[in-house]
Amino acid sequence: MGLELLVASAIGILTAAGVYLTLRLRTFPVILGISLLTYAVNVFLFASGRLSVGAPPILTDATVYTDPLPQALVLTAIVISFGMTAVVVMIALGAYLGANDDSIDDPIATADDQVEDQA
Amino acid sequence: MTHWIIAPVILPALLAPFIVLAARYHIGIQRVFSVAGVVGLIAIAAGLAWQAADGTVTVYQLGDWAAPFGIVVVGDRLSTMMVLLTSILALFVLLYAIGSGWDDRGRHFHALFQFQLMGILGAFLTGDLFNLFVFFEVLLIASYGLMIHSGGDVRLRAGVQYVLFNLIGSTLFLFALGALYAQTGTLNIADLAERVALIDPADTVGIRMAAALLLLVFAIKAALVPLHFWLPSSYAEAPAPVAALFAIMTKVGAYAIIRVYTMIFPPELDVTAGLHSTWLMPAALISLGIGMVGVLAAKKLDRLVAFSVIGSMGMVMVAISLFTPAGISAALYYIIHSTLAAAALFLIADLVRAGRDNLNLVAMPPVSGAALTSALFFVAAIAMTGLPPLSGFVGKLLILDAGLKSDAAVWVWAVILCSSLVSVVGFARAGSVLFWKAKSVEAEVGAVVAPAPSTLSYVAVGGLIALLVAHTVFAGPVYRYVEATSASLFAPDPYISTVLETPGKLSKPTEDKEEH
Repeated sequence: MGLELLVASAIGILTAAGVYLTLRLRTFPVILGISLLTYAVNVFLFASGRLSVGAPPILTDATVYTDPLPQALVLTAIVISFGMTAVVVMIALGAYLGANDDSIDDPIATADDQVEDQA
Repeated sequence: MTHWIIAPVILPALLAPFIVLAARYHIGIQRVFSVAGVVGLIAIAAGLAWQAADGTVTVYQLGDWAAPFGIVVVGDRLSTMMVLLTSILALFVLLYAIGSGWDDRGRHFHALFQFQLMGILGAFLTGDLFNLFVFFEVLLIASYGLMIHSGGDVRLRAGVQYVLFNLIGSTLFLFALGALYAQTGTLNIADLAERVALIDPADTVGIRMAAALLLLVFAIKAALVPLHFWLPSSYAEAPAPVAALFAIMTKVGAYAIIRVYTMIFPPELDVTAGLHSTWLMPAALISLGIGMVGVLAAKKLDRLVAFSVIGSMGMVMVAISLFTPAGISAALYYIIHSTLAAAALFLIADLVRAGRDNLNLVAMPPVSGAALTSALFFVAAIAMTGLPPLSGFVGKLLILDAGLKSDAAVWVWAVILCSSLVSVVGFARAGSVLFWKAKSVEAEVGAVVAPAPSTLSYVAVGGLIALLVAHTVFAGPVYRYVEATSASLFAPDPYISTVLETPGKLSKPTEDKEEH
């Protein structure tokens, strides 16, 4: 029971912090928030095969084993979210260095037109 | 077992690295291979669609592992139809990109284009929800590159929004998959269909959460209000050929909703009762309304087209949320129409941009080639707003007819008819300001007149318009086909039994599991 409580509250806290940061206005906290959300989802996926301690993720003569499929799913998810975070950091850096502004929302219309005319 | 069904994924997957590695500095060679690849895709897709036309479901087991342990690729009427639509759209978009020189304004356009196709086609063909997630990521990561193709500050900023919004969507998708797996122990679509129906009515928290989350994820892809905020900036700022290709991406969301909510969570399932009528229908009606009001309110042509995409997705989702065979057939007919019409409009907006400083809806001197461009805009606008005689009108009639029997008939009719009027006004205003009033503005003395767009650009746009006309002329046969498609969606037993009973490794129920 202790393990379930620990894992569940870890997922909950990570998600709550992630959602809070995702709702910020600047790219940096939002990227951090999304990273926290992906950590939460990785643990959540891992737990979807049920938690068991000291059991191999493969069938042996022993009767107890842990479901290997969520572990494979988590590996895929980790690789993808890692790559995606790298991409978004690069694009956000490019946008920040280009416009000297780190906001997420649309620029106001007049500024938009000026920027486009210069470009 | 035929291997052709996996070819729409393999061909672009091999072509893209080849273009990067072997033809990196030769735009001519890239163009030849890219076009040849897409023509090959059309041939393969046509063959697959022909094979599936009589209701045959083709299953391909990757690595010969039997479902639900291995990953399967499934071709039925719906998926092969979407594959064919995507390949045909891709050809005209590619021709436009070459004709307008967009592909040469940054690097790796053709490689990213092929990866994008691989992701979209894979998402249509896969028979496994986790694989659907993976193909979503493939198409997204290629679209990130395409979206910021040729750079620029405004485009990069719109790109950041687009990427972040989709990352949140992917995270939600994973949460949904985890909940689904925890409750059922499988992610194969056919297997899920059987197991969800058997689930204990006392223990449905996870499954209901997964159903709602999946709907959210697909609604983000389909740009359903209130999850549409990423679309206007992204589509308006993306390079025109990319925005035109993105016209199929919103349909990936619609396709996923049709597939998952007819197969896994059908409307008669008690667990998810109300999800379609209580939530999806109002959201769809509001999208339709907001999209068309956005058309009227837009100050720039590219935003106007982007909002018309939201509106037409709203129209598609209204038809889908009826969840009757007639509703789904009307939605499928309208999906084909709105993909072609939206792509044509994005390309036409780029034709206009070629001769003007910007796309603001104010009168400016006529653009070069204005006569032909305005004629194309006129036809495409008629199609998009759903005026007779083009396919938008036919599609709208089908949706209205399907909506007549629903409980919300009054709402469906009222919103569709009012929003159509609003969009007609919006497009008419845009067209008259851009093309009609242009004659009354004197060009500045000594102003440099931009050259007219190339013939190939016009051929590409004209081809899309010709397809719209064909979609209208052959509405009868097309509708019979989509009717058969939606009938088979509501009788999924052949799909399920073909997927689960095709023999392969581990086909007898054993304890071992295999994935990836």
